[in-house]
Amino acid sequence: MGFPHKSHPKETVVLSQYFGDADARTIKGWTKRGGYEALAQALTMDPVAVTDVVKESGLRGRGGAGFPTGLKWSFMPKEKTRPHYLCVNADESEPGTFKDREIMRWTPHALLEGTAIAAHAIRAEIAYIYIRGEFTEPWTIMERALADGNAAGVFGSIKIHLHRGAGAYICGEETALMNSIEGKRGNPRIKPPFPAAAGLFGLPTTINNVETLAAVPHILKRGAAWYKGLSLSNPKSTGTKLFSVCGHVQRPGNYEVTMGFPLKDLLYDMCGGPPAGRTLKACIPGGSSVPILTREETEACLLDYEGVVERGSMLGSGGVIVFDDSADMVYQIMRLARFYAHESCAQCTQCREGTAWTTKIMERILAGQGKPKDLDLLLDLSENMTGKTICVLSDSCAAPIVSGIKKFRGEFEAYLAGKRQPVMVG
Amino acid sequence: MTVTEDYQPVFTGKVLDELQTVLQRYPNKQAALLPTLWLAQRELGWISDRIMAEVAELLGLTPAYVKGVVTFYTMYHQHPVGKNFVQVCTTSPCNICGAEEVLKALLQHSGAGDAGATSPDGKWTIVEVECLGACGFPTPILVNDDFVENVTPEKVPDIVKKYR
Repeated sequence: MGFPHKSHPKETVVLSQYFGDADARTIKGWTKRGGYEALAQALTMDPVAVTDVVKESGLRGRGGAGFPTGLKWSFMPKEKTRPHYLCVNADESEPGTFKDREIMRWTPHALLEGTAIAAHAIRAEIAYIYIRGEFTEPWTIMERALADGNAAGVFGSIKIHLHRGAGAYICGEETALMNSIEGKRGNPRIKPPFPAAAGLFGLPTTINNVETLAAVPHILKRGAAWYKGLSLSNPKSTGTKLFSVCGHVQRPGNYEVTMGFPLKDLLYDMCGGPPAGRTLKACIPGGSSVPILTREETEACLLDYEGVVERGSMLGSGGVIVFDDSADMVYQIMRLARFYAHESCAQCTQCREGTAWTTKIMERILAGQGKPKDLDLLLDLSENMTGKTICVLSDSCAAPIVSGIKKFRGEFEAYLAGKRQPVMVG
Repeated sequence: MTVTEDYQPVFTGKVLDELQTVLQRYPNKQAALLPTLWLAQRELGWISDRIMAEVAELLGLTPAYVKGVVTFYTMYHQHPVGKNFVQVCTTSPCNICGAEEVLKALLQHSGAGDAGATSPDGKWTIVEVECLGACGFPTPILVNDDFVENVTPEKVPDIVKKYR
């Protein structure tokens, strides 16, 4: 529900129904609203049957990759010979994304319930919820909710633990997150082996995003067919999705819509469009790691996994960053590159060197000291940063650079021709 | 980096009990490193070489290994910081909504002067950080453990007054 704003009639409110309602945070309030019924039901079911319901619903990972959730669960070993683990990725740090934060702040029990159901489905005894270190308030709320859930005995034999990150974007990458829980530096691991074969502590592990797991109790309660039916047109993208809209819009916030919803309606009807007197210039639809869309592409874009790809970008985490005509695209793309340079774990050369080098080049362009060949150099570096490293952080840095130069080349060239000064916007 | 005789260990009494609770959550001691460092920082205010050595000894690790982990994560302070440690998000989504002006106002009103430096009265350290994960509430800042949303330059004097 458009949190922190009122719910919009075009929203389909499932996950965000209780955002802003402090009573739903308590175990009493949550149970009163039908909470933990799905878990009680799941615990009486065979794990395979639970997985099948989720498979049938078409639910896909909400963290960015969009991998089918039920299928992921079914990769866990059929014969259980060793402990299994579940990791919950609450290391939400993708610029533009702030949906998991609201899920944990307002409906901590929804996450805990989904976590316990998933743990049952993959036959894991222990689940770790990895919460980024900066999320002090969600941490306190989750800690309280977990203590209350344990006291009420709702989780059965499943043990859930919270693990606090300490400031590293890369720990949102699944294998880096596992290393971080193991008390190591958050360096991503080479895959294969995939986590289902050798994950946390070398044992079979499944990792899911907060929003994915928060949807699971609803699916179990209302059925796979209901969830599937929420899709507007595309059977490959089902259910609802939270979109975090930020930047140059009048009402930034979290809006929940069915998959396939027009991005144009989200930005103009729900968020009120750009500030008065401004026009939309560009939009990053899925968190800072995906290619930038122009105004025309944005207005034609449908919000589901395939719809955004059709316009040349990706749905990612659903973090929508909006730029109006006052935004200096060169400066903002440099800021994104600087973000990746800061967050690179530095184990792969292409990423360690590439993120820092591209940032330096853009800084020099902004300072009026760019060289004629700098744009070609940026594109060449970006190509060498894409698809060549252990994880996709390097690719993520290249995406806004490549799409930015392609779509806003004029702004880069104006700096190179010395025609403008850095524009700081407020 | 060895624990010398004049060093007062941090992990004693209640803090040591807390560590025991933490250890129960993991199958081995090494996995407790991040939460143990959080406890260390809460007690000491920062992570010194000596406390790294103490943590290493407690968890059966080498001080060098612990240092390698400490330096990887930005939230562990490797030197003492002011009484109020303020993290200001200046990544793109907040940046286009005026985050750099918020940073400037904080540096000016707190007397810290430069990002990363501590004010002469020891009360403020203000740092610029990448995405705090609250992009819809620009500009978010983190004052110690308090998350403050929608900060504008106009609100800065009151914030500084509140924490001073």
